[in-house]
Amino acid sequence: MKVIKSLKIAAVALAASAVTLSASAQDNTLLGAGSTFVYPLFSKIFAEYGAKTKVQVNYQSIGSGGGILQLTNKTVDFGDSDAPLNDEQAKKMGAPVLHIPMTSGATVITYNIPGITKPLNFNGKIIADIYLGKITNWNNAEIKSLNRGVNLPDLPIVVIHRSDGSGTTFIFTDYLSKVSPEWASKVGKATAVNWPAGLGGKGSEGVAGLVKQTPGGFGYVELAYAVQNKMAYGNVQNKKGKLITPTISSTSAASNVELPADSKVSLTDTDNPQGYPISGFTWALIYKEQKYNGRSAGKAKEVLKLLWYNVHEGQKNCAPLNYAPLSKSALKVAENILKSATYDGKPIL
Amino acid sequence: MKNKRLDLSYSQMKWETMFRKLLIFMAALLVLVIIGILITLIIESVPSIKALGIKFLWSKTWDPVQNIYGALPFLIGTLLTSFIALILSLPFSYSVSIYLGEYNPKGWLSNLLKNTIELIAAVPSIIYGFWGLFVLVPVIRAIEMKIGVAPYGIGITTASLVLAVMIIPYAASLGITLIRMVPASLKEGAYALGATRFEVIRSVILPYTRTGLFAGVLLSLGRALGETMAVTMLIGNTTSIAGTFKDLLFGPGNTMASVIANEFTEADHTEYLSALVELGLVLFFVTVIINLIGKRIITRFTQH
Repeated sequence: MKVIKSLKIAAVALAASAVTLSASAQDNTLLGAGSTFVYPLFSKIFAEYGAKTKVQVNYQSIGSGGGILQLTNKTVDFGDSDAPLNDEQAKKMGAPVLHIPMTSGATVITYNIPGITKPLNFNGKIIADIYLGKITNWNNAEIKSLNRGVNLPDLPIVVIHRSDGSGTTFIFTDYLSKVSPEWASKVGKATAVNWPAGLGGKGSEGVAGLVKQTPGGFGYVELAYAVQNKMAYGNVQNKKGKLITPTISSTSAASNVELPADSKVSLTDTDNPQGYPISGFTWALIYKEQKYNGRSAGKAKEVLKLLWYNVHEGQKNCAPLNYAPLSKSALKVAENILKSATYDGKPIL
Repeated sequence: MKNKRLDLSYSQMKWETMFRKLLIFMAALLVLVIIGILITLIIESVPSIKALGIKFLWSKTWDPVQNIYGALPFLIGTLLTSFIALILSLPFSYSVSIYLGEYNPKGWLSNLLKNTIELIAAVPSIIYGFWGLFVLVPVIRAIEMKIGVAPYGIGITTASLVLAVMIIPYAASLGITLIRMVPASLKEGAYALGATRFEVIRSVILPYTRTGLFAGVLLSLGRALGETMAVTMLIGNTTSIAGTFKDLLFGPGNTMASVIANEFTEADHTEYLSALVELGLVLFFVTVIINLIGKRIITRFTQH
């Protein structure tokens, strides 16, 4: 009997402490969910932000689609996606959603040809034709004409793509759709597509593993992943005909073009002559009208302050982690979008 | 005066009923979970069933962009990898069962071997996936180069080989226990009639344990049908169906479980998500059908 009594007391005490905890933590804890791509950057920024402001941000990297779903269900304060909402997703949200660019990332072309150490050059047509299964050997004349002086071997190309749905695939297929009409009509762009050729590897590590092991392997991964794992990656010719090495600065340059006010734009095949052509934003997503589900004005303010911090002070964390900081024009658009958020119809910032 | 003996028996009786109710509740709960899963799968796949109908089962294209979905390549991949793995694993699981059940049923070596085999089942499947990717794939690639098929290294064969290793313990573990339980009087009777050890195994032990051994095989097959992580890392994940038998066997493919695992998180429109759930429903039915066939075979065997 005594045991049960003391257990009861403990339970009551626990419940009471939980109540007080949740009351005090209400405005100080923000919940986010979405893109796995941005997770390393976010966790760094949020740790820093937490130390400065005592606001704890809990971000769960469950994938862009999951983040959008969580925001639709209003279980998180903000989501993050590597692709803008599609029509169906926007409709399900039920209210206007703001897309705020957080950073951009590049997708690089990686390959494995024994004996070749110099970075190879590619253009959109070659990459598309390889993924369409039309160019099947490394000694192809088109590849050779872009890589004079490189002794390309007679070796079959083993095409490797992501097998899981991914923002990286979205950016990559978006690029291919722009540079190759055939790709656009036959395959199209999505987080997962009906690949005409090649093998699928699960995750960046799956693609990287297959490329590294297979002589003649050809695949795509995020720049950060390729750099951290010391993989060979090629230069890609952009719209202005320049061969661009994927770097943080050439990725930032890709977004330094005139951007639409809602920032929902694909950065691939950029007009900027210095820009790397296969890159894209990742967007934080919030409801434009922050008064919903009985949220307090304080909480809405905290969310906006956090995202404001992300696009300003937070940006210095990008480069060390191989993310591309927002370009000048992207920052300006992001600021305007954040200022357009409202609480009960009144601007928050 | 109070009769303590009566009190005790009353509480004993109460416990008896309670225990029986608890057992029924637990069993019913499991059945409810399975029925719940089935209902959820059916409800969630309604949009896809409406849009695509029955041809979902034999259509070959899986194109999320055009909203065309067909399960055939994955159905083939699932059945092919599972049955190849089963065939490869059977000689091993039966040998292990017979050796540890009959030849060496006691002692430290026997226990060590039995525990080691059961440990195979405890290794996380991602470990098998990486082991396959970095150890097995180069070996397979070298073999593929010799026999003149495209040297991808990954594909149906590689996935089946790793699956075979993974499912051995399920059949073996059950087999060992069953063979150890064969009554000594039966075996001694056979020996007394002059049977050799092999003859005892063939005509006493195996017939006696046949049902159980087959149930172990079914357990292995069930595991192979649903295995996801290791398979998706090794199968190559392509939806096209190879033209020739050689390419089908050695080339890349895909399974239902692996497509679901790959694409579910980022499936961004209703029909796509629903098609993936329908794939789960098909996998559910495939497992049920195979189990029913298995049960049929068991009854047929035991009647003879």
